[in-house]
Amino acid sequence: MLLTSHYNYWVVIALMMIGLYMVIAQGNLVKKIIGLNIFQTSVFIFYISVGKVDGGHAPILTEGESLYSNPLPHVLILTAIVVGIATTALALALTIRIKRAYGSIEERDIQAAEELQERASSQMYARTPARKEQ
Amino acid sequence: MELLLDIALLALLLVTAISIAWIKDLFAAAMLAGIYGLLSAGFFMTMGAVDVAFTEAAVGAGISPLLILLTLALCGRYQRPDRNRARLATALVITVGALLISATTDMPFFGDANAPAHVHVAPHYIHQSMSEIGIPNIVTSVLASYRGFDTFGEVVVIFTAGLGVLSLLMETSAQPGRAIVHTQVEQQSRDIVLRVVAKVLIAPIMLYALYVQFHGEYGPGGGFQAGVIFAVGFILYSMVFGLDAARRVASHGLVQVLSATGVLIFGCTGLLSFASGKNFLDYSALAGNSVTGQHIGIIVIELGVGITVASVMIMIAYLFTGQLRNREAELATDRHQEIPAGAPARSTSTMHSLEQGAG
Amino acid sequence: MLAHLPILQVILPLMAAPSCLLIRKSTLVWLFTLAVSFAALVVSVLLLQQVYAVGPIRYQLGGWDAPWGIEYRIDLLNAWVLFIVTALSTVVLTTAHTSIQRELEANRQTVFYTLYLLCFAGLLGIVATGDAFNVFVFLEISSLSTYALIALGKDRRALWAAYQYLIMGTIGATFILIGIGFLYMMTGTLNMADLAGRIPSLSESTTVLAAFAFIFVGICLKLALFPLHLWLPNAYSCAPSIVTAFLAATATKVALYLLLRFTFTVFGVDFSLSHLPLDILLISLGLVGVFAASTVAIYQTNIKRMFAFSSVAQVGYMVVGIGIGTVTALQATLLHLFNHALMKGGLFLALAGLVYQLGGCRIEHFRGLGRSMPWTMAAIVVGGLSLIGMPLTVGFVSKWYLISAAIEQQFWGVAVLVLLGSLLAVAYIWKLVEAAYFQAPADDTRAEAPLGILLPAWLLIAANIYFGIDTRLPVEVTAAASQFLLGDAAQ
Repeated sequence: MLLTSHYNYWVVIALMMIGLYMVIAQGNLVKKIIGLNIFQTSVFIFYISVGKVDGGHAPILTEGESLYSNPLPHVLILTAIVVGIATTALALALTIRIKRAYGSIEERDIQAAEELQERASSQMYARTPARKEQ
Repeated sequence: MELLLDIALLALLLVTAISIAWIKDLFAAAMLAGIYGLLSAGFFMTMGAVDVAFTEAAVGAGISPLLILLTLALCGRYQRPDRNRARLATALVITVGALLISATTDMPFFGDANAPAHVHVAPHYIHQSMSEIGIPNIVTSVLASYRGFDTFGEVVVIFTAGLGVLSLLMETSAQPGRAIVHTQVEQQSRDIVLRVVAKVLIAPIMLYALYVQFHGEYGPGGGFQAGVIFAVGFILYSMVFGLDAARRVASHGLVQVLSATGVLIFGCTGLLSFASGKNFLDYSALAGNSVTGQHIGIIVIELGVGITVASVMIMIAYLFTGQLRNREAELATDRHQEIPAGAPARSTSTMHSLEQGAG
Repeated sequence: MLAHLPILQVILPLMAAPSCLLIRKSTLVWLFTLAVSFAALVVSVLLLQQVYAVGPIRYQLGGWDAPWGIEYRIDLLNAWVLFIVTALSTVVLTTAHTSIQRELEANRQTVFYTLYLLCFAGLLGIVATGDAFNVFVFLEISSLSTYALIALGKDRRALWAAYQYLIMGTIGATFILIGIGFLYMMTGTLNMADLAGRIPSLSESTTVLAAFAFIFVGICLKLALFPLHLWLPNAYSCAPSIVTAFLAATATKVALYLLLRFTFTVFGVDFSLSHLPLDILLISLGLVGVFAASTVAIYQTNIKRMFAFSSVAQVGYMVVGIGIGTVTALQATLLHLFNHALMKGGLFLALAGLVYQLGGCRIEHFRGLGRSMPWTMAAIVVGGLSLIGMPLTVGFVSKWYLISAAIEQQFWGVAVLVLLGSLLAVAYIWKLVEAAYFQAPADDTRAEAPLGILLPAWLLIAANIYFGIDTRLPVEVTAAASQFLLGDAAQ
C-alpha cells in the first residue's frame, strides 16, 4: 500500500538526489549548473504532486466542476521556476567570464591555477623580508 | 489511465536525469536538459497544473537550453571525465536521500483530497475568489492579488538576474577597436529556409505572446509566460538575422530602461492604493467597485511583469550573443593575420562553432 | 504614512533600484542611493520606537487577511535587526563613492549601486516578512544580487568565489524550499504565526522533523556556520571592499535572524531545543567553529581573508548563545548581532581605506603602517581589541553576557572555551600590530586614507567604544526582545 500511495514522492526524491550528486561531483561548471537545474525542477515536481487532488480539475473555475486541484502550490512553483531561470542565467554568465579569465571551465584546472597563483604571490612577497624598526 | 501516464512520465524523467549525469558531451546534455524540462511540463499537465506546465515548457525547454547552448559555444563542448569528490558526494546524497525518504512515511497519500494542504487555506481561494476578484483562473487570482507581493518579489528577482548578467558581460569602454572588426563577421544565416520560416513565424509568435498576456485571467497564461514568448520572437530574429539587426529594432539602452519600467509599473500600482488609505497592493482602491479594481490591478501588474520579463530575457540573450560575436571577431582577426590571402573563408555561425567544439 | 511603515521599509529600496537605471550620472546615483538608505534608516528607527511602545505590528499586504494573503509582522526581534541593517548600510554607503573609484571601472558603477539597493531590499524583505515563502523569494533577491556584487571584484578570483557561493547558496535556498514544502504539506499554511499554532500538534511527525532539518541546514549554509562556511573566506576576500564591509556587517546577521525566527517562533522552543538535541548540536558546532576558524585565521597572509575567518568564529559565538537557550544567552546573541556588525563594519571599512591607498591587503602591506597611516591603523587596533573582547568595547559586553549565561546554566566547559577562543583572537590581532608598529615599511611614500573612507570607519569604531561604555540602548532592547522570543511561543 505504501508503494502505490508514495511512489510519486520516492521517484522525485531519486531525481533530487541525481541532481544533487551532479552538482557536487561533476567537475565541469556547465554540468554543475545543469545538475542544479535538475535538482530544482525535481523539487517543483514534488510541490506539484502535493497539490494534486484525485479527480480534481485544473484550478480554472469551469461550469459543472466542483472539485479542483490545489492552486497554492502552483503559484509557489511559478515563482520558483522564475527564480530558477534567474539563477541559471547568472551562473552561466559567471561561467563565460571564468572561461575568459582562466581559460578552462573544469574545476580542477581552476583550482590548480589558483594554487599556482597563491604560491607565486607568496614567493614574491617572501623575497622582501620584513625589516625590524631601526 | 492517468496513473499509467504518471508512472511513464516519471520513469522517463528518471532515465533522462541519469543519462545527463552520465554523458560527457555537453551539447547532448543541454538537449537532454531541454527534454527533461518538456517531460516535467508534461507531468505538470497530468497533475492539472496547467499554468505551471506552460511556464516550465517556455523556460525549461526554451530559454534554459538556449542559454546553455550559447554558453557552450563560448566555453567548449566536451567535459573532462574527472571524478571530483565522488565519495563525499555519494555519502552526502545517501544521507539526504535517506532523510527525505524517512520524511515520506508520514506524508498524506498522494492525491488525497482531505490532506491538510487542501483543507485549510486553499478552499478559500477556490470558493471565494470568484466573488472577491471575479476571474476564472484561480492561479492568476492568487498570484496577482492574494499573494501579489510574492509576484512583485519574483519580478524583482528576474530584474536582479538581468542586472547581474549585465554587470558581468557588459562591454567595457576599453574595446573601441572591436567596432571595425565586427563587419568582418558574417552574422546572418545563409540558410534560405531558416530566413523565410523565421520571417513568417515571428509575427504570429508576438501576437500569441500578446494573447497569452491578456488571456491569463481566463485560461493558462499571464505576464511571465507572455514575456518569455515575446522575448523568444526577438531572439529568433537575432539568431537568424544577426545581433546588429535585432539591436536596430530594440537597442540595448531601450531594453534596460524597459526592464526597469516594468518593475516600476508594478510598484506604482501598489503605491496608488496609499492614496485611498489602503494597504500596499490593495487593488480594490483602484476603482469604485472593489471587484473592478481587482481586474484593473491584475491587468496592469501582469503588464508590468510581461514587460520586465520580455526585456530582461532579450537583454540576457543580447549579452550572451554579444560575447559570442566578440569571440568570433577575435578569431576572425587572428585567422586573417595568420592565413595568407587566398585561403577559403570560414563560416562563423553558432552551429559551426558548436560542431567544432570551440574552446 | 505611519501605518504603512512596515512596507515602506522594504519598498523604498526595492523601487529605488530600478529607478537607478534611469539616472545616468554616477555621482547622482550614489547620492540617490545614500538618500534611500538614510530614509530606510529613519523608517527603521520609527518602527523600533513603535514596536517598543505598542508591541508587534501586523500589516496585511493587498488588504487580504493572513493566512490567505501575505502579512508583515514586526516585533522587537525584526525591528532590532532592521535597525542594524539600515544603519550599517547607510554608514557603508557614505564611503562607497570614494572607495569604488579605484576598485570598479567607471561604467560599472551605476549597476553596482542598483545591485547594492537590490541586496539591501532583499535583506530587509527577509527580516520584515511574516510569511515563509516570502522569505524564500527575498532570500533569492538578496542572494542573486550578492553573487553579482562579489563578482565585481577586481581579481579573477572574485568570479570563482562568486560561482562557488552561487552553487552553495542555491543548494541552501533549495533546501529551505523543500522544508517549506514539507511544512505546507503537513499544515496547509505558509504564514509563520499560523504555522507556529499548528506545529505543536504535529511534533511527532517525521515530515515536520525533516522540514526542520532542511530549513536548519539551508539557513546554516547562509549563516556560514562551521562546517558550511566554505564559501565565506573567498567571497569576502575577493569582493570589492565596500561589498565586503556591507556583507560582513549585515548578511550573516539576517541569516542568524532567520535561524532565531524559525527556531523560536515557528517551530517553538519545546520542539527545537527539547525534542531534538539541537542545544548540544548548536553549542558544539559553534565552539568548534570558533576554534577552527580562529586557528586558520592566524595563518592567513591576506588580511581580508583573516577577518573573514574571524567572522566565521564570531558566528560561532552567536550560535552558542542560541544553543544555551536562556533569556540571558539569547540576549548575548542579539547583542553580538549588533556588536559584530559594528566591529566588522568598522574593520572592513578601515581595510577599504588601506586597499584604496595601497592596492592590496596582505600582511606585507601592513609593515610600518603605524607610521604612514596612523589613523587607519588605530581604527584597526581598536576594532581588533573589540573583537578580542577588551573591557570598554562592545566585544566585552556580548562576551560577558554569553559567559554569564553559560555560568548560569553551569556549563563551565562552555564558559572556559569561550574565554580561550578570545585568546586566539589576540594571536591574529597581534600579528597586525607587530607588523604595523614594529616593522619598517617597504617604501615610505604612503599617505593616510582619504577622509571619505576614514571618517565613516571611525564613526563605527567610535560606536564600538561608545556602546561599550553606555550600554543602555542595546541592552534594553535586546532584553525585551529575547524575553519576547522565549516567553511568547505561540505568537
